[in-house]
Amino acid sequence: MTRKQRRLYFVVLGLLALGAAVGLVLNALGDDMVYFYTPSQLQAKHVPPGRRVRIGGLVEQGSVMKAGSTVTFRITDNTAVLPTTYTGILPDLFREGQGVVAEGKIGTDGVLHASEILAKHDEKYMPKEVADALKKSGQWQGGKK
Amino acid sequence: MHRFANPARFLRLANVALPWLAALAVLSLAAGLYLALFDSPPDYQQGDTVRIMYIHVPSAWMGMFCYTAMAAFSAMALIWKHPLADLLARATAPIGAAFTLICLVTGSLWGKPMWGTWWAWDARLTSMLILFFLYLGYMALANAFDDPGRGARASAILALVGFVNVPVIKWSVDWWNTLHQPASVIKMGGPAIDKSMLIPLLLMALGFQAYYFVVLILRARAEIAAAKIGTIRMAQVHAAGQGD
Repeated sequence: MTRKQRRLYFVVLGLLALGAAVGLVLNALGDDMVYFYTPSQLQAKHVPPGRRVRIGGLVEQGSVMKAGSTVTFRITDNTAVLPTTYTGILPDLFREGQGVVAEGKIGTDGVLHASEILAKHDEKYMPKEVADALKKSGQWQGGKK
Repeated sequence: MHRFANPARFLRLANVALPWLAALAVLSLAAGLYLALFDSPPDYQQGDTVRIMYIHVPSAWMGMFCYTAMAAFSAMALIWKHPLADLLARATAPIGAAFTLICLVTGSLWGKPMWGTWWAWDARLTSMLILFFLYLGYMALANAFDDPGRGARASAILALVGFVNVPVIKWSVDWWNTLHQPASVIKMGGPAIDKSMLIPLLLMALGFQAYYFVVLILRARAEIAAAKIGTIRMAQVHAAGQGD
């Protein structure tokens, strides 16, 4: 084996070992790498009241109620729902059927008292006319609008 | 591939390619920017804010492409000891760092109006920030030694080790819940982006790519010239020493 070949095998094996190690670490970190839990993940976890959590999902259709600057709504992942209340300025993209991430504490009443609301959007980009045409023709998928 | 490791042959080829690449960069960036800013529709949800995408996404791609190129050049430099490969890896680093910084800044400017925050520690944003730090670390390490050979070896190893971050960036949005949305263009089932917006995006990406090669050639040419000057100086010092 020439020295060049030996160096080549060394680099390739080194990268494979490193890749495997990083893969195992990321796999072990698992849940700690997520930015938010969905409502059904939250139910499975039994988070004690008063702990700060980030919950993400869709704003349930027809659940938004505004009273002054306080808004209450339900976050859904189509399996579980979480009632949420928030006082403050909402992002522009906040609307029913839209993705949302709320950070706050879950009270003893089972309601998420959010101190921060972030809007999430999906990977689709299109002009308004195309979106309207898709909705009209019934080919609209996702967004649940 | 080994044929092009010869600096003289590389320079001949690079000098032929340079004007064409420069023309490609200027034309596709001009056409791409015009389409992106004036002649593409506003998004159905985001309105005109979506135009940030035409800068943000190509710079993110280039940040990852440059790192991949840097890691490949570093591997060649380590395995085959081609001096040109080391030089190209070093020349790529600041270009990639600049693209990554543009991606982070435009992403932040986009995040505030759309998500409601400048920054979030989700997996995509964090791994992209790590990519930026890897570039900075590589540049610092490459220039940290008095003996350039040792700096080259250490930084090449850092470039290869840091490469594990690139697939993590790409698939972070699929592996974990993130605030950042999943991939729009390079995904299973084709792009989830309308043609009227995809064409300016791809034009911008082509322009960024050509721009990278232009700057890479300019930087590599300057480095080769600097190395030649160094050799000539050394020879002169030697000659003067022998004359005494």
